Amino acid sequence: MNNAMTEQAAIELAGVHKDFVSHGETVHAVCPTDLAVRPGEFFSLLGPSGCGKTTMMRMIAGFEEPTGGTVRLDGTDVTGVSAHHRDVNMVFQSYALFPHLTAYQNVAFGLQRRKVARSEIRRRVGEMLEIVSLNGMQRRSPRELSGGQQQRVALARALVNRPRALLLDEPLGALDLKLRQQMQLELKRIQREIGITFVYVTHDQGEALTMSDRIAVMRDGRIEQLGTPREIYERPATRFVAGFIGTSNLLDAAVQRIDDGIALVTFGPGERVLVPVPAGVTAGQDLEISVRPEKIGLRREEPTDPGCSVLSAVVTDVVYHGTSTNYTVKTTAGPDLVVFDQNAFSAEDLAGPGDHVFLTWAPQHSYPIGV
Amino acid sequence: MRMLRVYTWAVIAWLTLPVLVMIVFGFNDTPGRYNQTWDGFTLKWYGRVFALDDLTQALVVSLVVALVTMLLAGALGTGIGYALGRFRFRGSGALNLVMFATMSSPELVMGASLLTLFVSLDAGLGAVTITIAHVMFSISFVAVIVRARVLTLDRSLEEAAADLGAGPWTTFRTVTFPLIRPAVGSGMLLAFALSIDDFVVTNFTAGTTTTFPLWIWGATRLGLPPQVNVMGTLIFAAGVVIAIATSMRSRLRHRV
Repeated sequence: MNNAMTEQAAIELAGVHKDFVSHGETVHAVCPTDLAVRPGEFFSLLGPSGCGKTTMMRMIAGFEEPTGGTVRLDGTDVTGVSAHHRDVNMVFQSYALFPHLTAYQNVAFGLQRRKVARSEIRRRVGEMLEIVSLNGMQRRSPRELSGGQQQRVALARALVNRPRALLLDEPLGALDLKLRQQMQLELKRIQREIGITFVYVTHDQGEALTMSDRIAVMRDGRIEQLGTPREIYERPATRFVAGFIGTSNLLDAAVQRIDDGIALVTFGPGERVLVPVPAGVTAGQDLEISVRPEKIGLRREEPTDPGCSVLSAVVTDVVYHGTSTNYTVKTTAGPDLVVFDQNAFSAEDLAGPGDHVFLTWAPQHSYPIGV
Repeated sequence: MRMLRVYTWAVIAWLTLPVLVMIVFGFNDTPGRYNQTWDGFTLKWYGRVFALDDLTQALVVSLVVALVTMLLAGALGTGIGYALGRFRFRGSGALNLVMFATMSSPELVMGASLLTLFVSLDAGLGAVTITIAHVMFSISFVAVIVRARVLTLDRSLEEAAADLGAGPWTTFRTVTFPLIRPAVGSGMLLAFALSIDDFVVTNFTAGTTTTFPLWIWGATRLGLPPQVNVMGTLIFAAGVVIAIATSMRSRLRHRV
C-alpha cells in the first residue's frame, strides 16, 4: 500500500464516470470510480457483460469521453486527448487487423505513423515478430493466418510501439480452450519480458485469476472488489464476488456467541459452524458465511474434533470430474452445498446419492462476507 | 438442370443480341447513309471512324463530360456514402431519403426542372450545365454503393488505426479508403456509364452543345452512319475490358 502511494501510477482514474443516453433515459455505464494501476502490473477488469469494464477500458484508450472525472497516464492528465495522441495501445477483441496489409505492414503501422526511420522499423518489427513467435509470417495477409497467429500479430502491432500501457479487450475470447490456455501463459511471459503495464478486460474468472497481479471485479458500473487473485478468491468482499469467482457455499445464520474472535453458529444437534470474525461483531448478529467447496471434507463418520465446523447432510448428486469429484449435498442447516473432493487417494466415490454424510472444515476456511 | 441451361442461354442471347447487331453492322460495307441491310464485310469504317467531324466532336464532349462526372461524383459520392454509413447526424435520415428519391425520380421530370433552374439562374446552357446535371443524378449511385460497403466495415479497424497514432485523415487514407476502394471504383464506373449515354437530362440541359447520344438521336432521321456502330462497339469493348480486368484482379487477390 505504501508502495502504491510513493510510486507514480501508470494509469489513474479519478472520479471517472460515463453516462449514456438511450431512448431518453440516462444509463450509468460506469459510476464514479477511482482506480490506480501500478507500473508494470498485470491488471484485470473482470465482470459479466454489461458491467462497464469495456467502457472503462475505452475511456483509458480515448475512444470514449468520460462524462466526468480525470484520466491520467503516468501522472499526465489525458482527459479529452484523442486516441491517436495517447501513448497506450489496444488489442481488440476482433483483433482488428488491417485486411489489406501483410502481417509485417500491420505491425509496422504504428511506427510509420510516428515517422520512425525505415531501418529502425525493420529492426523493431522483426524483433517483435520474434517475441510473439511469428518469424517467417511477415508477408502473409491476416486471412492467411490462423486465429492464434492473428492474435499474435495484434499483440505485436500494439507492443512494437512500446506503449506506456497495453489494453487488452477479451483478446482470447475467440480461441479454443487449448490455445487459450497456451496464450494465457504466453501473454504472461511476454508481459514479464518487456515489463509493460497490461490492463486486461475479461469475463472469464479463471483467466483473470491465472494471469493477473491484481483484479478489479466489476458489476453494474462499479468496482465490487479490488485485490490480488488470492484475496479475491479467498476473501470475496461481497456475495456477488463470492458467486462470480469460482463456486461458493453461502450460509445465512445468526451468531450464537463469540470466543476469542471466533463466532459460533449452531444449527441442528451436533451441527456447528465456527467463523473467525473481526472485532465489532456481536452475538445475535446475522452473518453471511462463505466457504469454498474444496475446503470442505466429506466424512461417513461424525467428526470428533470440537475445533472444526460440522454439518450433517444427505448426498443428492455425485459428478466425477477426473481430477476431483463434485458432490452436491442437502444440509439440514439450509441450502444445498457443493463439495469438491480431490481424487488424490480414493479411486472410488466417498458416498453415493442418498447417503448420509458429515461435512467438516477448519474455522479459518470459512469467513463472513461484508463485515 | 437442362431447363436452367436453356434459360441461362436465352437470357444471355436476349441481353447481347442488340449489341451483336450493333457490332456486326459496324463491319457492313454499306454504300449509302442507310445502314440497315447487310452488304458484305469491310473494315473501312474503322479506318474512317473519325471522318465525321461533328460526330467526333460530339463524342469528345461526351467523353469529357463523362470523365469529369465520374471524378466529381466519385469524390462527392464517396464522402456522402462514408458519412451516411459511418455516422448518424442531424439530417442523415433526410439525406438517405433524397439519395433514393433522385435515383428513382423520372429523368424527364429531373431534366425539365433542371432546365427551369438553369434558365431562371440565367446560366448559359452547355457542357458545364450538362456536367452539373450528370453529377447530380449519378452522385446518389456512388453514395449508395459506398455506403453499403462502409456498413460492412468493422468499426474497430478505424479505431485500431487511431489507436496506433493515425489522425482522422491518415486513418481514411491508409485504412478506410483502401478497404472501400472497390466500391468507389464500381460507383465511379457506373457514374461514367450513366453519363456517357444519357439522353433525356442531357437534351434539356445541353443548349446548342451536342453530345454523342444527342448527335445519334438527331442523325436517326437521316440514317445512322456506320461510324456510330464503330464508336458504340469501341465503347462497349472498353467496358468489357474493364469488367474482365476488375474480375481478374479480384480473383488474383482472393487466390490464397
